[in-house]
Amino acid sequence: MAEVQIKPLTLNFGPQHPAAHGVLRLVLEMDGEIVERADPHIGLLHRGTEKLIEYKTYLQAVPYFDRLDYVAPMSQEHAYALAVEKLLGIEVPKRGQYIRVLYAELSRILNHILNITTFALDVGAMTPLLWGFEEREHLMEFYERACGARLHAAYFRPGGVHQDLPAGLLDDISHWAEQFPAVVDDMESLLTNNRIFKQRTVDIGVVTAEEAHNLGFTGPCIRASGQAWDLRKSQPYDVYDEMDFDIPVGKTGDCYARYLVRVEEIRQSLRIVKQCIENMPDGPVKTTDRKIAPPPRGEMKKSMEALIHHFKLYTEGYHVPAGETYTAVEAPKGEFGVYLVADGTNKPYRCKIRAPGFAFLSAMDFLSKGHMLADTVAIIGSLDIVFGEIDR
Amino acid sequence: MPRAEASQALKDLVDYISAQMDEALISVEWAGDEAVLRARPQSVLKVLRFLRDDSQCLFKNMVDLCGADYPEREQRLEVVYNLLSVSHNLRMRVKVTTDEETPVPSASALFASAEWNEREAWDMYGIFFSDHPDLRRILTDYGFEGHPMRKDFPLTGHVEVRYDDELKRVVYEPVKLTQDFRTFDFLSPWEGAQAVLPGDDKATEGEDAGAD
Repeated sequence: MAEVQIKPLTLNFGPQHPAAHGVLRLVLEMDGEIVERADPHIGLLHRGTEKLIEYKTYLQAVPYFDRLDYVAPMSQEHAYALAVEKLLGIEVPKRGQYIRVLYAELSRILNHILNITTFALDVGAMTPLLWGFEEREHLMEFYERACGARLHAAYFRPGGVHQDLPAGLLDDISHWAEQFPAVVDDMESLLTNNRIFKQRTVDIGVVTAEEAHNLGFTGPCIRASGQAWDLRKSQPYDVYDEMDFDIPVGKTGDCYARYLVRVEEIRQSLRIVKQCIENMPDGPVKTTDRKIAPPPRGEMKKSMEALIHHFKLYTEGYHVPAGETYTAVEAPKGEFGVYLVADGTNKPYRCKIRAPGFAFLSAMDFLSKGHMLADTVAIIGSLDIVFGEIDR
Repeated sequence: MPRAEASQALKDLVDYISAQMDEALISVEWAGDEAVLRARPQSVLKVLRFLRDDSQCLFKNMVDLCGADYPEREQRLEVVYNLLSVSHNLRMRVKVTTDEETPVPSASALFASAEWNEREAWDMYGIFFSDHPDLRRILTDYGFEGHPMRKDFPLTGHVEVRYDDELKRVVYEPVKLTQDFRTFDFLSPWEGAQAVLPGDDKATEGEDAGAD
């Protein structure tokens, strides 16, 4: 009998598929159950953030960064605040830096809980999600107590943080940090040695360190490939150079290694959180330069000058001297960078947002080629993809 | 030149690169403590390959590639490559200028991460990359026209979509603004001009007279 050439099947995965982590439309060319080509179609959540920022003052641009990676909002603000501070040439007071590091690490835990648990859900484990989200709720309460919002914080601003922490919050975070490792242990007991979880993730989506660099990987995905690279250590910002923590490194570069790296990063973040609480200094939380940060409300009731500063800051804003910078932070997903061009006015001339997930998703074709359809779900889950930052 | 702020390793490296790549570079600039190499468009791949492969550079990770638009310049469009060297813990920025018609050689053969970033630069700015394997639009809608990040593209766009209940499908219509688009000019015009209040000239006249 003559051999029959079967036409490859084209499969539309998403954009409403629950395992697509948002609005990913993945066009898969299948040979039976094997993926021959994966073509991600993105942009369904494109909101023109970069264009909008060009029409806003430097302060008004801050909330847009919460809406990028909405799983860990403050990490994005951190990159933007550092970029503006670099162009302005201002220094943030020590307490402001400590609060930022504390909340950046809480954001990292917030992100990793969501990623690990939804990843587990994608490959068939339901319980970690239910346990993890209870902890996420605690963390978002800490967000709310610091800035008034569970998600869209607008808390890290150029010059420091918006307001000081309320009394008692540090004690509560410290208390939470004592009981949280037990939850991580519980979560690990369900996944790390789970036979089904390992069958779904080990040796799936393997990427070597060399390939990972070529594909523009950063963050946990490159560390899982054996590259000990972390901007918090190699190019420290704020007070990370005063913190004592380790960088977990994976050996195999597969989905399982990426999971293990994230679990260990949660534990390391807890160490940083504890150090921040222990060493939290007193003093102002934002720069005392009234041309950048607004005066306290009490001062405005008495001082005419303070009132003028407040009015000017919230109408015109401050002018940033002409220049450009590429400033990056180690966001939970990887290197989150802001390429900011200032032309001396009160609005950014160009603000390019470098999202780590964009590089991860562009590697989908490389990673899923030759794998089964069900493995693409595991790969998407392990890459930690959030569409807010990819589509911008 | 704010070159003094940069680290010694970066300064040495930039001197080395400018010696090696002399004819491929137009100039070396400093943005604070960050180095910017301006490359000639036809030799940008040569510069990028050198930066990636030379043992003193090893910028193996192209973290970002983006476009920028400066309409007042003769060559209005700019491609910005941000490179990272994990081995030496350094960053480098390479820039290339072009106009609406002239293509820039694609870096996707050197860095796989450039492929999608170049698609984005094409989508947003209309920068054409020659020899790109798959130069489609990436972020905008299927069938979108124009390049939205250009400075002359309006913030509100040209078309809007809505679901039409009678046609039972999504329809595209020209944008209708329910209120005027508001943009404020904060470039304080009064700080530069010397406003003379009526009557003030008499005071200075008097001073002159008194001095005499």
